[in-house]
Amino acid sequence: MSDMTGTSDPQVLLSGEPSGEPLEERPRLPITLTVNGRPVEAVIEPREMLLDVLRERLGLTGAKRSCDVQVCGACTVLLDGLPVSACCTLAYEARGREVLTIEGLACDGRLHPLQEAFIDCTALQCGFCTSGMILTAKSLLDETPHPNREQIRAALQGNLCRCTGYWNIIEAVEQAAQAEVQGG
Amino acid sequence: MDEQAALNVVGQNVRRVDARAKVTGEARFAGDLSVAGMLHGKVLRSPLPHARILSIDATQAEALPGVVAVLTGRDLSGRLYGHAIKDRPIVALDRVRFVGEPVAAVAAEDAATADAALALIAVEYDELPAATTLDAALAEDAPLLHKDTPLSAGLFHGLGEMKAQPGNICYHHSIVQGDAASIFEGAPSAPIVVEGEYTFPAIYQYAMEPHTVVAQWEGDGVTVWASCQHPFLVRAELADLFELPVSRVRVVVPYLGGGFGSKSYTKMEPLTVALARKAGRPVRIANSVGEAMVTTRRHNMRCRMRTAATADGQLLAREARLWMDTGAYADNGPRVVATAADAAPGPYRWQALAVDAWGVYTNTPPAGSYRAFGATHLQWIGESQVDEVARRAGIDRLEIRERNLLRPGEQVRPGGKPLDADLVGDVRKIAAHLDWHAPKPPDVGRGLGVGLLAAGAQPVSTALVRLEADGTATLLVSTTEVGQGARTVFSQIVAEELALPIECIRVPGGDTQVTPYDRSTGASRSTTLAGLAVQRAAREVRAQLLAIAADCFGLPPAAIALRDGAVWHEDESRSYPDLFKYHFGMVGGELIGRGEVRPERGKESYAAGPVFWEVCTGGAEIRVDRATGRIQVLKLVSVADVGKAINPHLVEAQEMGAVMQGLGNAIHEEMVFENGQILNPTLLDYHIPTIADLPDSFCSLLVENGDGPGPYGAKGVGEGALAGVPAAIVNALADLGIIVHELPLTPERIWRALQTEGD
Repeated sequence: MSDMTGTSDPQVLLSGEPSGEPLEERPRLPITLTVNGRPVEAVIEPREMLLDVLRERLGLTGAKRSCDVQVCGACTVLLDGLPVSACCTLAYEARGREVLTIEGLACDGRLHPLQEAFIDCTALQCGFCTSGMILTAKSLLDETPHPNREQIRAALQGNLCRCTGYWNIIEAVEQAAQAEVQGG
Repeated sequence: MDEQAALNVVGQNVRRVDARAKVTGEARFAGDLSVAGMLHGKVLRSPLPHARILSIDATQAEALPGVVAVLTGRDLSGRLYGHAIKDRPIVALDRVRFVGEPVAAVAAEDAATADAALALIAVEYDELPAATTLDAALAEDAPLLHKDTPLSAGLFHGLGEMKAQPGNICYHHSIVQGDAASIFEGAPSAPIVVEGEYTFPAIYQYAMEPHTVVAQWEGDGVTVWASCQHPFLVRAELADLFELPVSRVRVVVPYLGGGFGSKSYTKMEPLTVALARKAGRPVRIANSVGEAMVTTRRHNMRCRMRTAATADGQLLAREARLWMDTGAYADNGPRVVATAADAAPGPYRWQALAVDAWGVYTNTPPAGSYRAFGATHLQWIGESQVDEVARRAGIDRLEIRERNLLRPGEQVRPGGKPLDADLVGDVRKIAAHLDWHAPKPPDVGRGLGVGLLAAGAQPVSTALVRLEADGTATLLVSTTEVGQGARTVFSQIVAEELALPIECIRVPGGDTQVTPYDRSTGASRSTTLAGLAVQRAAREVRAQLLAIAADCFGLPPAAIALRDGAVWHEDESRSYPDLFKYHFGMVGGELIGRGEVRPERGKESYAAGPVFWEVCTGGAEIRVDRATGRIQVLKLVSVADVGKAINPHLVEAQEMGAVMQGLGNAIHEEMVFENGQILNPTLLDYHIPTIADLPDSFCSLLVENGDGPGPYGAKGVGEGALAGVPAAIVNALADLGIIVHELPLTPERIWRALQTEGD
């Protein structure tokens, strides 16, 4: 189901660098950071947001752009383990730090218990909020392995979902917490 | 019913086939795609609600390094589009009609350069008097939005002959049955008359993924990757606008990050295609949330309604007059107006009806489809009047419905489909869940609402099933996977009919060059109509398998069964790959089945519809804080009257989502305008329900009576539950004596109603 356009079209590519001529004159900064466990070096413009660097330069499109004002949570990534809105975080702020995106959550093809639970509980529909929702839930479970419903609701209040009505998302987080206990 | 008893995959809670891609970030949406050489498009939008454009000077913008093209009205032929009414230019030609209307667009090497270029475009406006509200647009001396432009019916007008309308009226629809006026005027026969004027706000659909389009010209044709619900209707409108054969326009649809109607019909596609043509390179335009809000929205509305009944609560007559603000361009307004008129009577037996619904042009952003349009606008009004009749007649609110609700087979409105659902059963289920007759604590109220939504749109869908020599099947169907789970449900249908494991079914996304025609993804039609085409296509393949096996075994087809990816006669079996070798004489070949759904001849008109009536129910229990006016929703429930749930878990999940949107529509959401300018254009100011707004008790109840026209007796759901929620909450408030005629039910509005209570 990874077929991105319905029928494969060879012209559709993930971009590495922004295409076209270099836009000279603009100031640039070299930064290094760790993304999904791998060191990354990038030359960025100081104003660039982490979300743009992840999506446009590194091809990590799992984090989504929606509200652009840090309300919806669709762009959530973990920065040193804590959730941030990548749409409002300067890429420069991530220098020397560890970024985890949804693409880095599964380990050797084995899904994280949260990913399994979101599948089991039908905790997603369109999927646009899912990356951010799962990463925020991960930061909750890292800190609070056995959250109650109120803690889950408090933790996920910054992640909007327009499709599911949230109920199944709560169940998925509970199931994942349970699975992590059983899995040791 | 034998067929139902034997089902293996249909009716099961199969996991979503797209779930793994969506939890790993692999699922691609339009904004995740990049085409070699692609430019970034940004749109300059009007700051004024109504003005003549005197001049546009783009020379400075064009000179900015990195800018490849600037598109203005001068680059265009002047052809108009609009699937219902052709009233809209791709960018403003000589006049802007709403704040946010595209005036020019820039294609540049990167988004920041395109943004910078917008600031360098100089536009000189001559501001005109504006009609930014319904009242202003309906006034006698109102400025007219479209009177200097000859308008024609769009390619998918679909609502009968397009008649010229006076003033700023865009469309008019009426329903007349019997003589309502004489019932209202003959007071003794109608001792109870409930009447009022009601207001419904403009609402933003908020699909989390804002509209995103990539367009690429090659020779004399264009390929468009679009976040659109209806690729074939977009294809037709693009072909018409750019004067191409439809075969030279290819629309490819990746996963959609929600739609809810906001991506129905044509939105940002024409502008992206025009900009790519001018630039001579591929272009992506990705709306921001603020831009999505001025691209489409739900109609705000004013409605006058009255209901007449006998002293003991028998409903007699209803009159409704409603005005829906469709903004500066019609978009789907005419269909919204017609559906609202259809929803005005509610699902009751009437001696007389008189409904008049008007769509009105104003200098505000265009309004179109949003989940359960029409029904959401009207159900809370009609249902609140039914409750008031019950109170005055001194009977229970459940009982008045049991007495007056239509029964299956009865006429819903003059002409068209009779009722195809057990509404009394549905309402009783809601009441039982709410423990309807149980005593209530102080300040706790209960309410319920029931209604109907004309669903299905035009019944035209086709599908192809390809069974390959390795024993797996590919389903080609153009339904857009917008989150509803269509690919999963269709996989279940194919797996059922071909006796294959679900893992053996592939369903790629829609691509008008490859996947066969489907009218649209909306109006709760996909499982019912596209699903029927899928079932028919799979059954054609099944018939071919049986015929080949019959030949192979030397038996009649009736002696052969399909099971576990093989054909069987008693204990003898051959797997599909073996059967292919027998049939084609090699390792290869494929069996192709096609399925088609189309209307019976002479039944194409809207009046002959709908394909089915979608049931809209909701129940709520609320507590009101009398000091602040805040509503705490304790329980929400809906009934999904689905005929047959092909995947019960997906049905419940989609219903719960609709209920949550209903909660937003009822309590929180309103686009606030002042002089045509949105005052809450970001999610900081526009509140979407969060996980904190979730009631403690929240569920959807399935009703499976096998009474739908779709596969296995299925019919569509997923919209109706939205319409049920405002009705249920308004009636729960009235249960506490709090009467409100205006949505949303903000604390301020409730508090003010409390201050006048008992006056």
